[in-house]
Amino acid sequence: MKQWKRLGLAVALSAACGALGMAGPAAAGKYDGVTVNVVTFTGPQIAEPLQRRAPDFQKLTGAKINVITVPFSDFYTKLLSDFATGTNSYDAAVFAPQWMVDFIEPGYLQDITAQVKSDAALKWDDIGPFFRDFSATYNGKVYTIPLDGDFQMVYYRSDLLKQANMAPPKTWDDYIAIAKAFQGKDLDGDGKPDYGSCIAKKRSAQSYWMVLSVAGGFLQSKGTGQGLFFDTDTMAPLVNNEAFKAALKVYVETTKYAPPDEINLDVGDTRALFTSGRCALTLDWGDIGTLAIDPTTSKVNDKVGAVVLPGSPKVLDRASGKLVDCTKDTCPYAIDGINHAPFAAFGGWSGAINAAKDQKIKDAAYDFLSYMSQPEQANVDVTIGKTGFNPYRVSQFENLDLWIKAGMSKAAAENYLGAIKDSLNSPNMVLDLRVPQNQRYEQVVLDTAVARLLAGELDIDKTAAEIETGWNEATEELGKDAQLKAYRAALGLK
Amino acid sequence: MQYDVAAAPGRLIEARRRPEFTSWADRVAPAAFIMPAVLTILALSIFPLIVSVYLSLARIKFEKGGVTVTFIGLLNYKKLLFGSQQFHLIGTLMPITPLGWVFQAIVAGLLILWLVTAVRRGAGVLGLVGRLLVAVAAIALALLFTSAGAEGGQLGTIGVTLTYVVIGVCVQYGLGLALAMLCVQNLRGRGFFRVVFFLPMMITPVGVAYTFRMLTDTTKGPFSPIWQGLGLSDFAWAATAWGARVAVMIGDAWQWTPFMFIVLLAAIEGQPREQVEAAHVDGANHWQIFRFITWPAIMPVTITLILIRVIEAFKIVDLPNVLTNGGPGIASESMTLHAYSTWRALDIGGSAAIAYMLLFIVTFFCTAFVNLVRTRPPARAAGAQR
Repeated sequence: MKQWKRLGLAVALSAACGALGMAGPAAAGKYDGVTVNVVTFTGPQIAEPLQRRAPDFQKLTGAKINVITVPFSDFYTKLLSDFATGTNSYDAAVFAPQWMVDFIEPGYLQDITAQVKSDAALKWDDIGPFFRDFSATYNGKVYTIPLDGDFQMVYYRSDLLKQANMAPPKTWDDYIAIAKAFQGKDLDGDGKPDYGSCIAKKRSAQSYWMVLSVAGGFLQSKGTGQGLFFDTDTMAPLVNNEAFKAALKVYVETTKYAPPDEINLDVGDTRALFTSGRCALTLDWGDIGTLAIDPTTSKVNDKVGAVVLPGSPKVLDRASGKLVDCTKDTCPYAIDGINHAPFAAFGGWSGAINAAKDQKIKDAAYDFLSYMSQPEQANVDVTIGKTGFNPYRVSQFENLDLWIKAGMSKAAAENYLGAIKDSLNSPNMVLDLRVPQNQRYEQVVLDTAVARLLAGELDIDKTAAEIETGWNEATEELGKDAQLKAYRAALGLK
Repeated sequence: MQYDVAAAPGRLIEARRRPEFTSWADRVAPAAFIMPAVLTILALSIFPLIVSVYLSLARIKFEKGGVTVTFIGLLNYKKLLFGSQQFHLIGTLMPITPLGWVFQAIVAGLLILWLVTAVRRGAGVLGLVGRLLVAVAAIALALLFTSAGAEGGQLGTIGVTLTYVVIGVCVQYGLGLALAMLCVQNLRGRGFFRVVFFLPMMITPVGVAYTFRMLTDTTKGPFSPIWQGLGLSDFAWAATAWGARVAVMIGDAWQWTPFMFIVLLAAIEGQPREQVEAAHVDGANHWQIFRFITWPAIMPVTITLILIRVIEAFKIVDLPNVLTNGGPGIASESMTLHAYSTWRALDIGGSAAIAYMLLFIVTFFCTAFVNLVRTRPPARAAGAQR
């Protein structure tokens, strides 16, 4: 008898649990019970808007978005080894689009061309053509959804320059002169000496783009198709020449007029220094513009100006490896005799989907990335500094109201967006490297050599030689012909 | 055969007929019970060890559909020791200055003296061979340091790691001993201090690294007014090679001195009380008591303690990584951090090769240490007693 009582109790309990389970949330979402693991770097930029909007997305669709963060220096390796070994712990990734090549060729990323074309809410055509082409498309197919647009620019304290009667820097010599003038002066009124220039130079972080921004104006003058990194016929690296060495010299010189531990500063540190008023100049992506208007952290609201990357009056003659003066011939796109080469560093964080996952998860991941990129969300996020998202949609450039509502003055908005637009529309814009294993060329070889140069372990000649050796070694291992083909394809050359 | 002697004689017949199976099972039982644990350990540590040896002799590439492993022999090691990565592991070697040669001569002289003494003391062939190997290694190290210390030279990760280990452990031991000697005395509040001195060891190494990063930041953070008051506002610890290394060693010492402290405290408290009291009565001063009673008493513990700490110290990675990122350049990079950043660059074979080099160095160092210290002659005590 006791046995039957126990059995009856068990049955009753399970029935009750089942009933409770069935009476779930009232609204049935499209992706109820689906969890999407999205991986990105530690941030707080980039991860912040994803985490902030995940609950809203869950309310709309029922899909739970789990944002996983990984330090930037490990990000590429983690992602590649996760895909290659078949572990597949990530359903989607918000990453550097230039790494796309290494993930598409082996078939790890989902082709989303059809979905993007039929997604009216995404407003695909509103995304700047450059970002659609470089950040999202490969071999004619779409693999990522852009969430961010990246250009490096120089920012300056407009109030300080005005006081000192100095114009925003047009060349790197101007930049150094301004930095020298303000180094050691008290710029934020607290009685302590401050700094002329703050550039993130930390090793194994995001600093290697800064040195490329400096090098652009010296190396590329005949338009985007000329390329910055290699000779387009021989795949020889363009680093062991007068022009790149001149850029390295500038880069080392700026360290003299900077915080004493500049070689240990990451972008988070330099942004904090600049927006708290301790630097006269900085070199960074678009984040400074929006961080400057953040009322909780910024002391320089309406005191910041942005300008296209300074250039050089002398450029590289590729045949001789020497610097030659800018003429109509050597610098067809020069402005007032100075060659500018705005650098689309990094491309702009974009989201892609793991092709090896179930269709339901892939659909949910696509919908989340699309949701993040749709103008209703994106146009707000790009005006907030801490998101790390910078303008990439035409509507974000044209619509000044967005920015004024976020707290920018009309003049500041025009100046900021103007600088980005000038960069975007420049015929001599520099494309970031998009060959297989570009991470090895940039994050490993270039970054280590430049870190050693800044530490005084190498001199400029040895640094240039080391980068050349490292890049050649990589090209040899990966196959010169294949790399050349990929390099030319990325530049739009046949 | 099982005999139940205490039982009644009738039972004897049953005992002899006990099945063979049981006795076999009894013999095999110990092995059978341990086997699952042994297999687990083999699978989780020995097997990966063997596989990583193979990886260090191969090149790993991520390709379509997975990973390709190509055997390349000793190429990874060649690259590290003689090739394009030599600057990273061994360092940038410059011609030795005359002063350096003088130092080399002194080191060589001392080592020869030591070898001769060993021969005189009647060391066996194996002992001599071992000592010779240690002497060769010591000369090689001296050459490395004088050559890398010359103008334009740069210490590689082997030299940096050895610096962290030798200087670090010496400082930690000295501080730990001093603190233990203090806490052994009957001072007011010593119970409180025993706990407080022990706390740093409980903190995760990354936490320690970030703490020291804040402390050594001369431009911002809670200590910057102090640095600026001292006139150091333009100085950055992490911007000079030795500054970065010292910062790492300070952080390491802060974290690991408590380990030395707590073990030495137990050892000192365990020394024979009668001898100490007798020494007091005989009028010995503190230094004499320490030298003749305390020091020999804690010697066995010291040896073990230093051995354990040295093995751990060779693996240091969190502090250089977080505090200075291995910087400036590669000046404060330890071997483990070197292996880590090589792994990150997807050169997995190279990373395994560096890890194995570290294994060889640690094994050599510890074997030499244990053997040399063990031969401290008990003969001396015997001789004194004669």
